[in-house]
Amino acid sequence: MSLDKATVRRIATLARIEVPEADLEPLAGELSGILGWIEQLQEVDTSAVAPMTGGTDVKLPWRADVANDGGMAEAVTANAPDAQGAFFTVPKVVE
Amino acid sequence: MTLTSLTIAEARDQLRAKKISAVELTEAHLAEMTKQKALNAFVTETPDIARARAKEADAALAKGDAPALTGIPLGIKDLFCTEGVLTTASSHILDGFKPRYESTVTAKLKAAGSVMLGKLNLDEFAMGSSTTTSYYGPTINPWKAKGSGADLVPGGSSGGSAAAVAGGLAMGATGTDTGGSIRQPAAFAGIVGVKPTYGRCSRWGVVAFASSLDQPGPMTRTVRDSAIMLQAMCGHDPKDSTSSKLAVPDFEKALSRGVKGLKIGIPKEYRPDGLNAEVAALWDQGIAWLKDAGATPVDVSLPHTKYALPTYYIVAPAEASSNLARYDGVRFGLRVAGQSLDEMYSKTRAAGFGPEVRRRILIGTYVLSAGYYDAYYLKAQKVRALIARDFEQAFTQCDALLTPTAPTPAFAIGAKFDDPVAMYLNDVFTVPASLAGIPGSSVPAGLTSTGLPLGLQVLTKRWDEETMFAVSQTLEDAAAFKRLV
Repeated sequence: MSLDKATVRRIATLARIEVPEADLEPLAGELSGILGWIEQLQEVDTSAVAPMTGGTDVKLPWRADVANDGGMAEAVTANAPDAQGAFFTVPKVVE
Repeated sequence: MTLTSLTIAEARDQLRAKKISAVELTEAHLAEMTKQKALNAFVTETPDIARARAKEADAALAKGDAPALTGIPLGIKDLFCTEGVLTTASSHILDGFKPRYESTVTAKLKAAGSVMLGKLNLDEFAMGSSTTTSYYGPTINPWKAKGSGADLVPGGSSGGSAAAVAGGLAMGATGTDTGGSIRQPAAFAGIVGVKPTYGRCSRWGVVAFASSLDQPGPMTRTVRDSAIMLQAMCGHDPKDSTSSKLAVPDFEKALSRGVKGLKIGIPKEYRPDGLNAEVAALWDQGIAWLKDAGATPVDVSLPHTKYALPTYYIVAPAEASSNLARYDGVRFGLRVAGQSLDEMYSKTRAAGFGPEVRRRILIGTYVLSAGYYDAYYLKAQKVRALIARDFEQAFTQCDALLTPTAPTPAFAIGAKFDDPVAMYLNDVFTVPASLAGIPGSSVPAGLTSTGLPLGLQVLTKRWDEETMFAVSQTLEDAAAFKRLV
């Protein structure tokens, strides 16, 4: 699998990382190298195998769907780069 | 014997016997940190916290009410959230982040009486095998090759932890292991590193890299110290849904079990053509030591071993791309202004992430994107199941596996940068166990002809850290490895 510049640009947009035009070509090369190496997995027969979706054999616990936490807006926003009062701020999204 | 060369077990006994005080033990380590600042092991030093906790420890010791780690100075990998103390994951994007909460593991270590010396350097977001991708610069391995002054990497990602413990800056340190990030640096720095079973230690409050693989563990100078430290770190935590409710065994007690009657599996796939001759020779020596101690080596096969690394490099980046989506310039850390919300996100993340993290987020985004999910991510999850099954089958024939920890000794800072895949190969022997979720240790077992440490890896089945500790202790006893301190 070889990625072109346009694909790298598209992935970068999906990942919300601005990639300078000059970096696209070298990145395409690096990512293609990694994907080419990963390609060997296709030779493994997995037709009768269930995917392993986590790291544990422990059954995940259930709990009642109730709020058991909250009321700490000050602590939650304390590390925000531009908190105002109990609110996070973002650039204006509605005109 | 200086205060900074004591083991945790020795210091514990001397503190309890009032032969030394926690304050003097802590001061000795703070002085050593200043003396060896050039190693760049710490991102943040916390001498005020250390001194305050040391005083509390002495008070507790005076009262005779001292839990296991009372007064023991430890370093904390800067991936663990520590309340009110800068937590960076060695990334620019977490600039200024001071968590308002304490990770479960560090809270347990605190409750056990330990003294936090500071936060230790790592590869950015734990992505790397050399501690060179840190925003705060590389950490230097205290070991040097014979007749050479060249700076070597301490391995990674827990390289700050490895350097601090090997160099006598801390008696022990926390690490985290996603694909080898405790075991490989332990091998490179000539110390012991233990990755317990996935689910043994809570991940709550540990900056997430790949959630189905991440697991905290101890890094120390002896096997006994790792047993003592792990005992304090693990146990059920309702805040981590993958945290096990199983009772935690007495790890220190397991050390004296020995290996008599145990079957030790030697996986043939870990001896590829061209394996470093000194690494292969040490492995053979390790087999002989265990045999001398009464164990029986048996040949086993883990047929899907060669697919572990490519599987890992789908699963880990996929999970990372999702976990790292939270760094958006809104809730914590760095923000770079933009005209629109998307532009602010994109500029913040471009400025905040280093090249290796960016590379992995992009790979992860790609393998999860529409049209590729089945071909990459689902395929990798299925191969992961086969890798786990390989181990299950091997453990029907043996009690533990013995392998080298890493394919090479520590390399020079700046090496292996051109090809990301070449760097990934460092973890070829550690990644399979991570994917399977089984416990593993690295024990320093010998030196290369150039005088650099090499480690042997012990793997056991899920939840059987006791056998892992028993085998590790036997190796340590036989190897009589000469530590730096």
